Amino acid sequence: MVNTKVTLCGIQLDNPVIPASGTFGYGYEFAELYDINCLGTFSFKGTTKDPRFGNPTPRIAECPAGMINAVGLQNPGVDQVIREELPKLKKVFHKPVMANVSGFSIEDYAYTCARLDQEEQVGWLEVNISCPNVHGGGMSFGTSPQAAGEVTRAVKAVTTKPVIVKLSPNVTDIVSIAKACEEAGADGLSLINTLLGMRIDIARRRPVIANTMGGFSGSAIFPVAVRMVYQVAQAVKIPVVGIGGVSTAEDVIEMMMAGATAVQVGAANLTDPFVCRDIVEELPRAMARYKIQDLSQIIGGIQLWEKT
Amino acid sequence: MKQSVFTIQENTPLTRDVMKMVLLGDTSAITAPGQFVNIRLAGRFLRRPISVCDWDGKTLTLIYKVVGHGTAQMKAMVPGEKLDLLTGLGNGYDLSVAGDHPLLIGGGVGVPPMYGLAKALIQAGKAVQVILGFNTWEECFYEEAFQALGCAVTVTTVDGSYGTKGFVTDALPEHYTHFYACGPEPMLKAVHASTATSGQLSFEERMGCGFGACMGCSCKTLTGYKRICKEGPVMRKEEIAW
Repeated sequence: MVNTKVTLCGIQLDNPVIPASGTFGYGYEFAELYDINCLGTFSFKGTTKDPRFGNPTPRIAECPAGMINAVGLQNPGVDQVIREELPKLKKVFHKPVMANVSGFSIEDYAYTCARLDQEEQVGWLEVNISCPNVHGGGMSFGTSPQAAGEVTRAVKAVTTKPVIVKLSPNVTDIVSIAKACEEAGADGLSLINTLLGMRIDIARRRPVIANTMGGFSGSAIFPVAVRMVYQVAQAVKIPVVGIGGVSTAEDVIEMMMAGATAVQVGAANLTDPFVCRDIVEELPRAMARYKIQDLSQIIGGIQLWEKT
Repeated sequence: MKQSVFTIQENTPLTRDVMKMVLLGDTSAITAPGQFVNIRLAGRFLRRPISVCDWDGKTLTLIYKVVGHGTAQMKAMVPGEKLDLLTGLGNGYDLSVAGDHPLLIGGGVGVPPMYGLAKALIQAGKAVQVILGFNTWEECFYEEAFQALGCAVTVTTVDGSYGTKGFVTDALPEHYTHFYACGPEPMLKAVHASTATSGQLSFEERMGCGFGACMGCSCKTLTGYKRICKEGPVMRKEEIAW
């Protein structure tokens, strides 16, 4: 019997598999397809203080082994999420959920986090300081250690639940931002958000996406994510949630060996709606193949090549 | 929505770049004409959304235009090959408000979903009028198929090389009880402006998932934000905000 349980910021998960924010809505679309209680948890759609339509369409561009999106944080706003989405979710998901929050000012982040912190179903707050698709917010807080620290401190001051800060890969030195969040009191870190990307329709000589640029995700970014998770996990003491291009049970194991305590699955949900269920089912078999008894024992457990 | 594997039974050209593909598989998730399927293709990250032309208990007919790498890959496939499909996507057309003399308007690659709709309306005992709009004679397809169902068919071509010269809006009949339209957005806009009755129009957008998860294909309507893939692709005339 293998053990897939892991503990993320004091809360035990049956397994480390977590659908990533923005690829799983508020859960109930997927609950029509399978029992989503098989998941470790999931991170719901990035929620802001006020309702948002997001960016104009087209918002999607295909890439080799991935995609670019520029949705721009479309969501109904925190009031409606609490009033309508969470009660709907409660009927189909009986575990603590990860509440993903974004904002355009430090006050926005604090307000939205404080509201969601009161909700019984919320287990963790995932603070997105890395959305590349909105102007004057999102990623601008995640590209300087000082701003990242300020958001973290402001959210920590008004919340009781574990705060996980979601980091951007679109920076020169992700480790310095990770450390700033840790020093500001973050209980965990999740990384990476999408890589800023762009495609051009060469027949029309214009960007494929109306917003010109967007966030690149999918299996193509997996090696970048593994590298950054490894670097950050080496540098901080708080748990790291690995995100980026994960689509198989082997990817989950690899991400954990790089230093992740839990793993999010993003773009893969959009091409295979059953992928998370399948990863959860496959994980014990994959563990057996690689002679892993207890998944939590492999976190960061790699041996580097000896220098010659 | 259902995910299942279909086997290609037929994949033949209707015109220079429009193909008809008949697939064998589980069609049980398809509940209304105007819905679409989302097709996984080897080596492509995103699935390809294609509208359902026709279906029965075990076969599914798709008509698609070769416009890019994905559809070119589909064109090269042969009977016996298999495709992974998500079926039963989108809302589809509401038949209950058709009245006795519904009008169906299809433009170019918007013609295929009108076929399944015409079939269902004829089965429901309606007198169905159809307008099929194309650019030119070489691009015309499916006129006989609609006639075989028992529809009154008018074809328009922009260059006048076949049927009525002009756009679909140049061939609108005097009397109809409700209209259904699918085609390029300028056509839909013109139809919206030229029709007197209530109606339903089917829209297209670049999609991520096709089943409501990613918010990639959202649009604004007079009744709120909608996802083309989930609350659409069919919108009621009254709710469309151009």
